[in-house]
Amino acid sequence: MEVSILKQGDYLIAMIQAALSDAALLKLRDELVERVGRFRARGVVLDVTVLDVMDSFTTRTLRGIAHMTKLRGARTIIVGIQPEVAFAMTQLGMTLEGVETALDLDGGLAALRQGTKGGGNRGR
Amino acid sequence: MADEIRIPIDSEADIVATRQQGRALAAELGFSSADLTLIATAISEVARNIVAYAKRGEIVLRHANQGSRRGIVVVARDKGPGIPDIAQAMQDGYSTSHGLGLGLPGAKRLMDEFDIASQVGKGTTIVMKKWARRHG
Amino acid sequence: MRQKTEGEAAAQSTGEAAAGMVQELVTYFREKREVLRRQWLEQMTSKSLLAGRTAQEAETESITIYDTCVGCLETGQYDGAQAYATRMAERGVLRGMTAEQIIGGLLTLRDVYGRSLFERYQRDLARLSAALDIYEPVGNKILSIVALAFIEEREKVVRQQLEAIRELSAPVLQLRQGVLVQPVIGMIDTQRARQITEALLRAIRANRARVVVMDITSVPAVDSKVANHLLQTVQAARLMGAAVIVTGLSAEVAQTLVTIGVDLSKLNTLSDLQSGIEEADRLVGYRVITTEATMARNAET
Repeated sequence: MEVSILKQGDYLIAMIQAALSDAALLKLRDELVERVGRFRARGVVLDVTVLDVMDSFTTRTLRGIAHMTKLRGARTIIVGIQPEVAFAMTQLGMTLEGVETALDLDGGLAALRQGTKGGGNRGR
Repeated sequence: MADEIRIPIDSEADIVATRQQGRALAAELGFSSADLTLIATAISEVARNIVAYAKRGEIVLRHANQGSRRGIVVVARDKGPGIPDIAQAMQDGYSTSHGLGLGLPGAKRLMDEFDIASQVGKGTTIVMKKWARRHG
Repeated sequence: MRQKTEGEAAAQSTGEAAAGMVQELVTYFREKREVLRRQWLEQMTSKSLLAGRTAQEAETESITIYDTCVGCLETGQYDGAQAYATRMAERGVLRGMTAEQIIGGLLTLRDVYGRSLFERYQRDLARLSAALDIYEPVGNKILSIVALAFIEEREKVVRQQLEAIRELSAPVLQLRQGVLVQPVIGMIDTQRARQITEALLRAIRANRARVVVMDITSVPAVDSKVANHLLQTVQAARLMGAAVIVTGLSAEVAQTLVTIGVDLSKLNTLSDLQSGIEEADRLVGYRVITTEATMARNAET
């Protein structure tokens, strides 16, 4: 099981548990979007702690997840980007601009609960 | 592990395994943890490039020695359509606007050396190198 | 064997005359060694150039230097002077001595040699001129060799110290729960920017920080490259959910950067560390409250 998706009240918590192929990432995207619609979730916390590499495709797909869930009324917060991965991403020029981030699961949930003011770091 | 590893790239499913092998080889050479991530990310980008444009190709991973320093060489080779304008392809703006991601210019930034040769109709060869930093 | 032309003959005789003059000067300086050397030491003492050296050191060194200079004059080779200068530099002697002592000492010797030539040839301006033609380039060359050795030694020390500063990992301190402060000191180049960023990102994870105040007051040269390094650091921290406040960027530097096209809008900058900390507290939700007791105490003073 590469990804686990749990429902917690109004929120969905998705934890990636292994490196994902392109196809698996797209499948994750579609599943999240579908569930947000089905449960009318108001927020998604997507935990990428386990990913040791986030390349251009991964970044584009995460942006896509944030965008598509937003269209269905949910905020998505990406959490768990590791220091070395964050560094590599900025070297590659991938800043995930416009996508909210937090340090970890707790941080992500706190951001969702706090609403649009404060909480998640959107990065302008 | 052997000094040279050849990995055929046939589909996107090979990308993850290739970069993980690259990480393992680089780890043998004593690269720092941060550098391992940079190398794996660069390999991911060039492997992805092969899949996107040539459909198939190969990646060769090798130890490199230059005097007292050791490093890793990554060769990404394909017999795809080739890149008509390399200078353009190596510009950040160009690749982002065409939705190609940040592939090649990004990979170049992550590595110490980056060379690309391409011929339309014949294919593309990319050679990237990174040298292990001395500690202390 | 062909006959020499007049020109060649003239040149040859000038060469012979010069060689003769060199030998004459060498013999003269050697004969006068004790006299001139004492003059030199006396003048250096009166100019306080021998401070910090024992009488014995001054004696031995002055002999070596004097003889080395005359040797250079005799052979036209400067290996001796170069070797001596390098030896001195490596022994760290130069490090203990001031530029004034080194260069002042040699200038004094040059004057002593020069004056002695004036004295000897004062009745024969032609020979004085010939003597100076030979002597002056030698004196100047020796001076340059020693001065350069001194400068190189100093530059080596500076480089070593810069390297030491560079290698100190940029410390990241936890001010309060969730707030980190990272004071950056010294110049930022690509390698150091990387060290700073890596240290910062690891600290964010370890301390679960939400805000970082990065103070660059002590970063001397902030140009567009440094600004871009800072931007990348800020972006990387943001990916980990932390906001970075940059303090210590002077208004002038900020203006300059904006003028040359650097986009500072993504940098949250404040003038000084104190403001930065207050802003950080605000972002995290801290409020500093002065207790009644403290207020009473403050009112008394």
